Amino acid sequence: MIEVQNIHKSFGDNHVLRGIDAKFEAGKISLIIGGSGSGKSTLLKCMVGLHTPEKGKVLYQDEDFTRMDFEDRIPIRKEIGMLFQNSALFDSMTVEQNIIFPLEMFTDMSRSEKIDRANFCLERVNLAGRNKLYPAELSGGMKKRVGIARAISMSPKYLFVDEPNSGLDPETAILIDELISELTEEYQCTTVVVTHDMNSVMGIGDYIIFLYKGQKWWEGSNKEIAHSDVEELNNFVFASPFMKVAKGQF
Amino acid sequence: MFFTYFGQYLLLLKSVFRRPEKWKIYRKEIIHEMNEIGVGSLGLIAIISTFIGAVMTMQIAFQLVSDLIPTSVIGQINRDSSILELSPTITALVLAGKVGSSISSQIGSMRVTEQIDALEIMGINAPGYLILPKILAGITMIPALVIMSIFLALTGGLFGGAISGAVTPADYINGITDGFIGYTVAVALVKAFVFGFIITSVSAFKGFYVRGGALEVGQAGTRGVVISCIAILVADYIITALML
Repeated sequence: MIEVQNIHKSFGDNHVLRGIDAKFEAGKISLIIGGSGSGKSTLLKCMVGLHTPEKGKVLYQDEDFTRMDFEDRIPIRKEIGMLFQNSALFDSMTVEQNIIFPLEMFTDMSRSEKIDRANFCLERVNLAGRNKLYPAELSGGMKKRVGIARAISMSPKYLFVDEPNSGLDPETAILIDELISELTEEYQCTTVVVTHDMNSVMGIGDYIIFLYKGQKWWEGSNKEIAHSDVEELNNFVFASPFMKVAKGQF
Repeated sequence: MFFTYFGQYLLLLKSVFRRPEKWKIYRKEIIHEMNEIGVGSLGLIAIISTFIGAVMTMQIAFQLVSDLIPTSVIGQINRDSSILELSPTITALVLAGKVGSSISSQIGSMRVTEQIDALEIMGINAPGYLILPKILAGITMIPALVIMSIFLALTGGLFGGAISGAVTPADYINGITDGFIGYTVAVALVKAFVFGFIITSVSAFKGFYVRGGALEVGQAGTRGVVISCIAILVADYIITALML
């Protein structure tokens, strides 16, 4: 489980996060949603240690991650898998090298064991046989799937996903959502997803927090979100014509 | 402003020299970087050094017009200039452009495409993994290139003198061997070591903290080269003042 307590983060005069509290449970998919500039990605980056909050704590199984030094963070970081918005694959490495890179760094697995693991992860994301391709040779959806394969190579306890569906067609976006859902179930990991995509919200959101102007404005499940009477949330959720039409069916 | 950047540079160096996660991986990277920096620059340094040696011989001969000065002095002047100044400094300035800009843009583009963030999230010490192999390769390969540069500058001087008729090969060889002080090579190697460190670490620093996109990555490369060149010239002066 991951818990964030009273997180504050500013960039100069811009106070991006204003005291966020939330609990993200194992085996569930938690979604952080909100408009552009609401602080979603900043919160995610505070949780994984890419940003240091000015105030507040990020607790991994009750251990305060924010106050740990680099060395103390390593055991927790080995349990983290992350898919970045633009995949962040190492572009000078092949797909296979990308996946076995964390294994090379942190395990004593033999070469054949690492290759087997890479093949397993690639099969898991339906990319078997693409081992020797470079990221530049992959489509956007394939890059995301390789990013997921790399994220699960160390069997993560915590899975962070930043905008998994951005730039993808609706069909591929649904496939990625299904994959995240299956992997969360399989590894019983604490999965935190930052997204704008209402299909993801309605499809996989076990627990959702809505950020507005750097504050947690609403929290609940995907079953509750359509019936909320919070105006800012409704403006966000039902902004698209499609969702306006769909509203009547909830 | 200067002190802010300098402090940030020192903090980055502290992270760079943290204990590596796995030496085996680092060893592979070091060999790769030695190949990139050393072998990849051999041709360029060879051509530059040979021609500078040849031109130096002709220019020294042009300025030594007195019949009272033996022509073997041309070899002596060329030798000491090449060993003490031209080979280490010109090699370093050329490599600051070639290797330095490559390091800045390589690390800078990794920064803007979040690859460095990905390394950090995995628990890998990104400054160590990305920069340490480059620094170690720089401080070993640049002195090696400088030694080669000295040898080729002197050889170029021999051919330049012979072809132009400025000095006979016998007089030139007599000049470069007469009164040779081995300590000058030690000074050149100290300079090369320091220059190697400056080129790799300053360029890596500029790339590591780049923010923005492709344009900023390019600008970081240019700034890295400019700062490296200035730092090389300042270090050159300090080492010369301290060692000679």
